[in-house]
Amino acid sequence: MRELLGQAWVVARKDLVLEFRTRTALLSAVVFTALVLTVFNFGRDPTAVATIDLAPSILWVTFTFAAMLALNRAFQLELENGALEGLLVSPLSRHSLFLGKLLANLGFVGVVEAVGLPLFVLFFNVSVGPVLLPLIGVIALATVGFVSVGTLFSAMVVRTRFAELMLPVLLLPFLLLPLTYAVQATARLLAGRPLSEVSGWLKLLAAYDLVFVAVATLLFPHTVDE
Amino acid sequence: MLSAEGLRHAYGRVVALDGVSLTLGPGQTLAIFGPNGAGKTTLLKVLAGLIRPQQGWARVAGGRRAIGWIGHQSHLYGHLSVLENLLFWAALYGVTSAQRGVRATAILERLGLSDRAGQPVWSLSRGLAQRAAIAKALVHDPHVLLLDEPFTGLDLAAAAQLRTLLGELRSAERVLVLATHNVDEGVELATDVAFQRQGRFVQLTPRGARGAAEIAEAYRQAMTDA
Repeated sequence: MRELLGQAWVVARKDLVLEFRTRTALLSAVVFTALVLTVFNFGRDPTAVATIDLAPSILWVTFTFAAMLALNRAFQLELENGALEGLLVSPLSRHSLFLGKLLANLGFVGVVEAVGLPLFVLFFNVSVGPVLLPLIGVIALATVGFVSVGTLFSAMVVRTRFAELMLPVLLLPFLLLPLTYAVQATARLLAGRPLSEVSGWLKLLAAYDLVFVAVATLLFPHTVDE
Repeated sequence: MLSAEGLRHAYGRVVALDGVSLTLGPGQTLAIFGPNGAGKTTLLKVLAGLIRPQQGWARVAGGRRAIGWIGHQSHLYGHLSVLENLLFWAALYGVTSAQRGVRATAILERLGLSDRAGQPVWSLSRGLAQRAAIAKALVHDPHVLLLDEPFTGLDLAAAAQLRTLLGELRSAERVLVLATHNVDEGVELATDVAFQRQGRFVQLTPRGARGAAEIAEAYRQAMTDA
């Protein structure tokens, strides 16, 4: 287990160093997040639907599509100079490779969300101060779920044509559940409902995470082996 | 140290390996010559564990950790420096953190890349990148070295340097398998010579005292007869 996690960390650290050195996808995702929130901010009629009713959906749609940019690049960078082949020849276990990619993607999406959340507060004028911790909990749980599934699909499509198009087509149906849970939980938190009303959604998100991290880890070797 | 029996693999109707068997012990170097599409790369990929053969088996004493692989691509990350790449791969191959720097520095010096250690790989010329790829393959001191067209892109001096290095590895009881379509390359390193065509070894013999010209003539004859 120690070696598994140690190797995963080596892969994750390398990915994060590469990303923060090039900043290509990170910058794109952050700019994308800001633009989507801006478009939603000006593209809605505040007199028709209350902000508080719309805000949770907008937050999660934004995070989901921004995460796609991260997930698309996760294995693309392994195609450079055939690095993926090198990884597969090495003693690195496929499970470590998956966990490493998952960790790096979580770090990447976490940064995008850390930038996106204050922008969301700014644009939609919602008060998250009193519920910040539980809201971060919801974001963290939902992110683990959809990033784990996304990491698996990212590996699956990387050697196909139109990988960037294939990923959302394959991934979005699997995100319906965690997105529903996350939107429901976020809506209740922003509406100032008691935490007891949110705990059920949090449990569902945690269950989704457990199932899909396990399933994705188990299936991952079949997506990369020739 | 390295053995394979009855290897068979096809890509659809195209047979890449057809009943290939071999056994190599310490200090043996097998040079595999064959035209493009003969199945040399597939054989090396099977020996490296990158492809699971449809029939037969291949075994390397020490498993993946014991294998060094030089493929058609460098497996290096463009935005990491040469040294960072070597440290990353050394970590994946289980080299202790105390030894990584020592090994990486030594192999860079051996390949004349010391002054390029801090340079990002994307800025290297093709020949220098090939040398860095060789350094990457050797950084964990592998017992079995699989080389697919290793002289491609090297200038005369670098090719001579590589031949010397491979000769030293052979003397150090390493097993080398070298695949190339150019009979002039690597003949003097070989203890054994195989001619491969349409997935089959049409000849697998000790080199004996034969020189490059005799091997080239035998190769021409074998390809004509097959």
